Amino acid sequence: MRIACTVNGTPRVAEDVWEGTSLLGVLREHMDLPGSKNACEQGECGSCSVYLDGRLVCACLVLGGQAQGREVITVEGLASGEVLHPVQEAFLEAGAVQCGFCTPGLVVATHDLLTRTPQPTTVEIREALAGNICRCTGYVKIIDAVHLAAKRLTLPREGDGKGGGPRL
Amino acid sequence: MEFLQPTTWTEALAMKAAHPDAIPIAGGTDVMVEINFDRHRPPAFLDLTRIAELSEWGLDNGVLRVGAGVTYTQLIDELGDRLPGLAKASRTVGSPQIRNRGTVGGNLGSASPAGDAHPPLLASRAIVELASSAGTRRLPMHEFFVGPKRSAMRKDELIRAFLVAPAQGPQQFSKVGTRNAMVIAVCSFALAIEPDRRRVGTGIGSAAPTPVTAPEAERFLEGVLGEHDLWQTRAPVAESALLRFGELVAAAARPIDDVRGTAAYRRHALAVMARRSFVWAWNEYRAAA
Repeated sequence: MRIACTVNGTPRVAEDVWEGTSLLGVLREHMDLPGSKNACEQGECGSCSVYLDGRLVCACLVLGGQAQGREVITVEGLASGEVLHPVQEAFLEAGAVQCGFCTPGLVVATHDLLTRTPQPTTVEIREALAGNICRCTGYVKIIDAVHLAAKRLTLPREGDGKGGGPRL
Repeated sequence: MEFLQPTTWTEALAMKAAHPDAIPIAGGTDVMVEINFDRHRPPAFLDLTRIAELSEWGLDNGVLRVGAGVTYTQLIDELGDRLPGLAKASRTVGSPQIRNRGTVGGNLGSASPAGDAHPPLLASRAIVELASSAGTRRLPMHEFFVGPKRSAMRKDELIRAFLVAPAQGPQQFSKVGTRNAMVIAVCSFALAIEPDRRRVGTGIGSAAPTPVTAPEAERFLEGVLGEHDLWQTRAPVAESALLRFGELVAAAARPIDDVRGTAAYRRHALAVMARRSFVWAWNEYRAAA
């Protein structure tokens, strides 16, 4: 089948997609977007977290055809060209990245959390990231990274004269 | 394989009638696992996510009618005050990603004995609305579940909605699992107390071939509360009565030993959850006086 949707702001079309392919398969195999990772294929690990029409979902549990005409944002859509998103910077600085396989999903899930809750408590972070599994770091530095990102995102932006507020 | 994408309910029913083997898919949190692992290859998918009215809910004559496509996130955010038991259960489902996609309609369609929405729906005596191109029928929740992952739904039918009265009193939900998130229940228990009707409702998950109620436990507790006029006085309930309530709930289960736990553990945990759930609910009722 043919699947047309908007991905990271750009209209995209995938041709000859098998009807049983997940959105994750469409992104990775048909649209050359391998940022969303394929690990468990059952919604347990969160490595394939993306936005579908603004809602955080596991791309492996969305049937490709269900994304028809919808708007998808992947981890590739968060950075501005070569400039990393503050959430990505915070993950690097806090040492929250080891093997890196879970990182794209965690970055998207953190982005979603900070959009809804700009200054989350540690408990809120743990609950929001409960569906994202990391097998390297033990989560302490990941939680540090989320706090760091939250702090950065609400600091006044240099030179914009608008003061604080999230700039997700 | 075919991909069917109706945009209206009438169209969906016509498609299901024409393709009775088509697998309905909404949030995909169960269906896609089967597909990704190649456990099941249906001849067709029937995507229900384009039918706007399925993700709507409303109040009609004092009864909530909640569309089958309403997600757990919606239930928590929009119906948490009216359906607190179901909202508590919804908060234990998966993760934010899963709750954003998973629906009660899908939970019912899978009819797993471990489905988190089932015990609170049983405890509050909800009704499921099934439809086909031949018509609509409504079934009490306890008649809907007929076996492990088997329901009374016919092949030409789809789940349209569930109907339930807004909470008439405190509701509780408890679940035993190895983590606070992303966990299938070892066993679970839901309680609804309805002071106006002098009624107690129960629901047991993951401890029988289907989700079940504990009618003897309900009648026992209603008897205790009535006999001592406790609905009026709101006095504490005797420890012996609480223990007996727990025993009767455990006795209503028909658990098995499996990878998640033993039958004996499930019975024990159910008795504890039942007792605690009632104390929490009763304390809430007493505090509301």
